[in-house]
Amino acid sequence: MILDSKIPAGPLEEKWTKHKFNSKLVNPANKRKYDVIVVGTGLAGASAAASLAELGYNVKAFCFQDSPRRAHSIAAQGGINAAKNYQNDGDSIFRLFYDTIKGGDYRSREANVYRLAQVSVNIIDQCVAQGVPFAREYGGLLANRSFGGAQVSRTFYARGQTGQQLLLGAYSALSRQVANGKVKLFPRTEMMDLVMVDGHARGIVTRNLITGAVETHAAHAVLLCTGGYGNVFFLSTNAMGSNVTAAWRAHKKGALFANPCFTQIHPTCIPVSGDHQSKLTLMSESLRNDGRVWVPKTVETAEKLRKKQIKPADIKEDDRDYFLERKYPSFGNLVPRDVASRNAKYVCDEGRGVNETGEAVFLDFRDAIARDSEDTIRARYGNLFDMYQQITGENPYKTPMMIYPAVHYTMGGLWVDYNLMTNIPGLYALGEANFSDHGANRLGASALMQGLADGYFVVPYTIGDYLAQTPPKKVDESHPAFAEAVDKVKGGINQLLNIKGSKTVDHFHKRLGKIMWNECGMARTAEGLKEAKKAIKALKKEFWSDVKVLGENEELNQSLEKANRVADFIELGELMIDDALNRNESCGGHFREEYQTPEGEALRDDENYAYVAAWKFMGEDQEEELVKEPLEFENVKLTQRSYK
Amino acid sequence: MKLTLKIWRQKNASDKGGFATYPVDGISTDMSFLEMLDVLNEELTEKGEDPVHFDHDCREGICGMCSLYINGNPHGPLQTTTCQLHMRSFSDGETITIEPWRAKAFPVVKDLVVNRSAFDRIIQAGGYVSVNTGGVPDANEIPIPKTIADEAFDAATCIGCGACVAACKNASAMLFTSAKISQLALLPQGKVERKTRAEKMIAQMDSEGFGACTNTGACAAECPKGISLTNIARMNREYFSAVVSSDNM
Repeated sequence: MILDSKIPAGPLEEKWTKHKFNSKLVNPANKRKYDVIVVGTGLAGASAAASLAELGYNVKAFCFQDSPRRAHSIAAQGGINAAKNYQNDGDSIFRLFYDTIKGGDYRSREANVYRLAQVSVNIIDQCVAQGVPFAREYGGLLANRSFGGAQVSRTFYARGQTGQQLLLGAYSALSRQVANGKVKLFPRTEMMDLVMVDGHARGIVTRNLITGAVETHAAHAVLLCTGGYGNVFFLSTNAMGSNVTAAWRAHKKGALFANPCFTQIHPTCIPVSGDHQSKLTLMSESLRNDGRVWVPKTVETAEKLRKKQIKPADIKEDDRDYFLERKYPSFGNLVPRDVASRNAKYVCDEGRGVNETGEAVFLDFRDAIARDSEDTIRARYGNLFDMYQQITGENPYKTPMMIYPAVHYTMGGLWVDYNLMTNIPGLYALGEANFSDHGANRLGASALMQGLADGYFVVPYTIGDYLAQTPPKKVDESHPAFAEAVDKVKGGINQLLNIKGSKTVDHFHKRLGKIMWNECGMARTAEGLKEAKKAIKALKKEFWSDVKVLGENEELNQSLEKANRVADFIELGELMIDDALNRNESCGGHFREEYQTPEGEALRDDENYAYVAAWKFMGEDQEEELVKEPLEFENVKLTQRSYK
Repeated sequence: MKLTLKIWRQKNASDKGGFATYPVDGISTDMSFLEMLDVLNEELTEKGEDPVHFDHDCREGICGMCSLYINGNPHGPLQTTTCQLHMRSFSDGETITIEPWRAKAFPVVKDLVVNRSAFDRIIQAGGYVSVNTGGVPDANEIPIPKTIADEAFDAATCIGCGACVAACKNASAMLFTSAKISQLALLPQGKVERKTRAEKMIAQMDSEGFGACTNTGACAAECPKGISLTNIARMNREYFSAVVSSDNM
């Protein structure tokens, strides 16, 4: 199988413009003859659904939440990048492109990333026109701030709630099209399978989460905007409902899954406090601008801390190890996310963790408060300190914060070409659901940018090229492919309900999470991954023979919803492990301990692994087949990242 | 901690529903309120009893999906969302009463889950600026005074959870509706449609069966995001100026 990325020829700067001109158009009168399904209503889904409806297509939009406004894009805090150069500090489209390629450790496509940087400027215009209340300067113009991995200030923000404001903007555009009758909304409806007719995506099977009704929906194209799969780790900063089911079931219908092992672990999260924990909370990494990360120098002192025999303040300066400042004198506490996370893990593995579970390091503001005053620190981080205190019950002005890394974002996803179409004609993947533009590591404030770029400015152009070549005849829902898919979905549901085993769905999900976190998390080894693969295979078998799902299909049944999702997470987990085992190098968020520089940094192997690893489903319990898409770099020079 | 939970159980929309009492033990003060319910649900499932259904998603106080009337207060004793409420706010041995939002416009779906689609329909009636994707001016061509932008932002932080409705004796949706009207009336982008927006959104709000304002301010007192009553005053002004002026003013 050969993957055609459909990257247009010509100079980087002209590719997108030329491609738009060369794409076929659907004339305005014909657009109303085409139906498009959009699954997911986060930034990518809501913006795509609204934009396509504005163009005249008939859109059906689906989300599992009770309202499209609740999609997890809403929780993004920091901001959105755009190469506006409003600050006159040397930003440009090329610089945003370069920073993103480098930040991704050279594992993304030049052409896609360049286009992302190009349309980033349009996104800000669009959002402002919708009434998104971005932060402003006293002169009335937009404010910017700087963010990790960049030397310019290009991040637009709305206090610590940028994702919320952008999503509500896209939701308002979507709502307007619902009122216009161009979008039909299906809340509390979950996609259960993809329907293919003659090799093309032509519809989906859904489950109504209130009534349990399994239904079909036909269309000329299907867009999956279903987010990432961080919940495979059970504990993550994702919402409880975030899941991989739509993408995974499309994968099992033939869509390739690319770079599944590329996950981002965020260094500044509130540590796990016990087994009851259901979710992890992120705190903006801006805290590392003033906080100093440390643990005690010795295991003995750490043990006393854990037993609460001493307090952090009792530990003398000489007995503290500011390990990031020690190892990376020039970047100090501001090293990139992957480096900061990994080093926190190392010191905790050594037994120097500082909370009861042994998995936490200090983020200390003592020196910043002494230097700048408590009021200054409060003005900078007040809302984050309050949030920390609300969750932990501790006052971070008086005692150091405790932090630990947590799963935050998944760079991998469904493989797409330059048009954002998967290898299944008519099936598109947008936003975090595709493998896209972030390579092996995503820069801060780039997820919002990508979701909106895909939905507002890329897919409205590229879908026309496909639909113009598709006859506008209504898709026939009486085609046997629909009935077959429905039978399969119903069969799967019945199977789950009839196991009547002894262990809850969460029990399995937690065990899966532990395997993934320990062996396929911040640091990975071939040996550990092989063990994990065995463990997951066994877990899958046990799940399908001993899971306990109460109730019936024909009602609101949250256990059944979870069971469907966890079943898919287990299978995805195994593929992530295959991918991590295959990639015999370290890059970005993927750190294989066997492949590191003498200083302990990620060691890439550009000669053998400068490719996208796309995986093809070969049948239940079969090994998946690896299909490689080579990455070619014509405009940037590949270098070793160093933060010493 | 040991607690007694009195929880509203209702099989579906047509079921009458009633309270059931459950003891829970071994609850840590570090747990969030929803994690405490997770513990109960694991126990119920193991015993073969139907777990208590409740809405939740982000569990970081921003998606607006969680609800719950706890001891008579929407989102419990603190001015926060239920997912950000921790068990240290309760004491050992306490009895906690948990109910769904009570409002005609928010019918119960099951147990503690209600249908809040009425809020979506209010936004669909006019909670937007009518611009299509593309063809908009450069973002900095619309200067907006910082104070105005900040005030619009404060109104825009509404998470649509419905606590305002649940807190109100009349189950009024004035605070929710006014937050959106206010945000867009303050900003130059939204001024073009301000009259029709106020009229349409308020008409939709009324048709959904939400009650009239009590003027007691319970909504703002319980709002987890601190949406201010000023927004209701601004909405009223928008509405009156819309109905008494001509279309060209």
